[in-house]
Amino acid sequence: MKVSTMAEMMASGEQPEILFWVGCAGSFDQRAQKITKAFATILNKAGVKYAILGKEEACTGDPARRAGNEFMFQMMAYQNIQILNGYNIKKIVTTCPHCFNTLKNEYPVLGGNYDVIHHTQFLQELIEQGKIKFTDSNEWKGKSITYHDSCYLGRANEIYEAPRKVLESLDMELKEMKRCKSKGLCCGAGGAQMFKEEEKGEKRINTERAEEARATATDFVASACPFCNTMLSDGLKVAENKNDPAVLDIAEIIAQAIK
Amino acid sequence: MGLIAEIIFCLLTILSFGIFAQKILRIRRSILLGKATHLNDRPGQRWLNVILLALGQKKMFQKPIVAVLHLIVYIGFVIINIELLEIIVDGIFGTHRIFSESMGGFYTFLINTFEILALLVTIACVVFLIRRNIIKLKRFISKDLEGWPRSDANYILIIEILLMGLFLLMNAADHEVSFIVSKNFTPWLTANFDEKQLLLVEKTAWWLHIIGIYAFMNYLPYSKHLHIVLAFPNAYYAPLIPSGTLHNMPDIQNEVLYAMQPEMAPTNAAAPESFGAKEATELSWKNLMDAYSCSECGRCTDACPANSTGKLLSPRKIMMATRDRIETISKNIKANKVFIPDGKTLLHDYITVEELRACTTCNACVTECPISISPLDIIIELRRSLVMEQSNAPQEWNSMFSNIENNFAPWKFSPDDRDAWTKA
Repeated sequence: MKVSTMAEMMASGEQPEILFWVGCAGSFDQRAQKITKAFATILNKAGVKYAILGKEEACTGDPARRAGNEFMFQMMAYQNIQILNGYNIKKIVTTCPHCFNTLKNEYPVLGGNYDVIHHTQFLQELIEQGKIKFTDSNEWKGKSITYHDSCYLGRANEIYEAPRKVLESLDMELKEMKRCKSKGLCCGAGGAQMFKEEEKGEKRINTERAEEARATATDFVASACPFCNTMLSDGLKVAENKNDPAVLDIAEIIAQAIK
Repeated sequence: MGLIAEIIFCLLTILSFGIFAQKILRIRRSILLGKATHLNDRPGQRWLNVILLALGQKKMFQKPIVAVLHLIVYIGFVIINIELLEIIVDGIFGTHRIFSESMGGFYTFLINTFEILALLVTIACVVFLIRRNIIKLKRFISKDLEGWPRSDANYILIIEILLMGLFLLMNAADHEVSFIVSKNFTPWLTANFDEKQLLLVEKTAWWLHIIGIYAFMNYLPYSKHLHIVLAFPNAYYAPLIPSGTLHNMPDIQNEVLYAMQPEMAPTNAAAPESFGAKEATELSWKNLMDAYSCSECGRCTDACPANSTGKLLSPRKIMMATRDRIETISKNIKANKVFIPDGKTLLHDYITVEELRACTTCNACVTECPISISPLDIIIELRRSLVMEQSNAPQEWNSMFSNIENNFAPWKFSPDDRDAWTKA
């Protein structure tokens, strides 16, 4: 897959309209890589001039900061801002709500001011502008789906509509879980929980959420965060129920429907 | 008799307001034991929050039935207390319903309104008592509320019912007047009591009512009911940034800057005292005001993913523990002039590591709170102290930190493979 890096763009004297911030999960996690590729495919097909930082990208510092390690966060923020400002980046899109939140809300006070959007917002824009066209045989049409709100997209940044609008543009039947939008239940990964065992309790959080997703009896579960995706997939796997819905990122769904 | 009663009344009034003012000032001092934080930007937006969140109780309306009942109690409480003006003037000058003649029909209208509200408040309080003690809603039977907090909630409701009852009784026994609710009790009173006894009933109800109000006022500072006052400043100082934003730590930002660009380092930079908070006094004054404002309603804990899956963490308990700790510190300072260490800290002795470790920073507690309290803010400050001051982190987190440091990702992958997905 041909994806330009900022270094390559710079070398040929070009400036992309948007930087795709891939994030650590999107770069290294096998499952999340599929989301990254799906989103890159969409950007290619929609004719968006974009670039990635490639090897120059580094963790935003989000999990370190939320675990309490402010030093580590500040180190990462410093490096990333140096690089982003060095390339004169103005606009960033990211497939990870955690990167999104950190870049958008926590970097400005440190000298990193960018127009940051989440990929679901960008997809909504592209669809509204007619830059994304769906194939005539829209295989998603009429399929039922439930959308799991990521905490860092939803409550943290009040983005509830963009992901839903994108799904509705495919004529999918959207069913809500018992707890959704501002009441959405966390998948259990935030606050650096992804990187440690859960504290002892009666139940795993992702199991609880997977049960709510299963209760909607939809064909698919949509996520918009690589960590939510992992947690929900794991939560559903615990039951080993063949009829359980597959968990897909919104970018993956669009990538399969795009012309 | 008249003059003595007036003197007693004046003394009682001065004493009540005096003690109340003292207690409020003490709470103000306790809150200001917290660290400085600047929350004075965008006053227009802040006043709007006061109107919407505190006055309008906007967030309460996510549960509409409870919200209406709560609004009745609140409006009733505030509006009926307008009558306090007359009671105080009557008390000081030994008059009887001093405004009734000059206001005429409007006076009857006002008292009728108060009486209807009093009846509604009574009904609402009874419903609240039933919810807490008979239906036993989950968030009210939680172990967070064991002991004083549970009694406190019931005392408040019972006192309100008693005060409303006394107000109505006082009006019912006064057969010179006739008001919409209390007149229904007058026939029963006149049938059972003679003129003299009726006067005694009215006077007794009048005195008990005003004494009750003064007592309740002085009870507020010990109670979750303090939120009726603090909800207002708490809404004013509510954060105006997206809730996913954690507070920056300029000390550390600068340390990193000086390490990277030594030429930027000032020669006389003072080392910061400590990072994060292990003690309540290391939290910001807003965190402490949050703690005093908390009405212990438990909406936060109800929404907490960790709590609802059986983990030890309860955001409500975080607020209650913070209030308990700062109260202890405040009393310690009052008794000893300065704080004499008592061998305890907020972190560990009041809030345990296990509780802090269970938080997913999902912001559900922050979003739910009707009066803009952030338990998450306190959790993060305590986590900062744990990790940066005490090097207390689970092994997996330490690995994550070192991976970020060495491989620029929380997992142990080679940074050279970051763009490997483009080739696969």
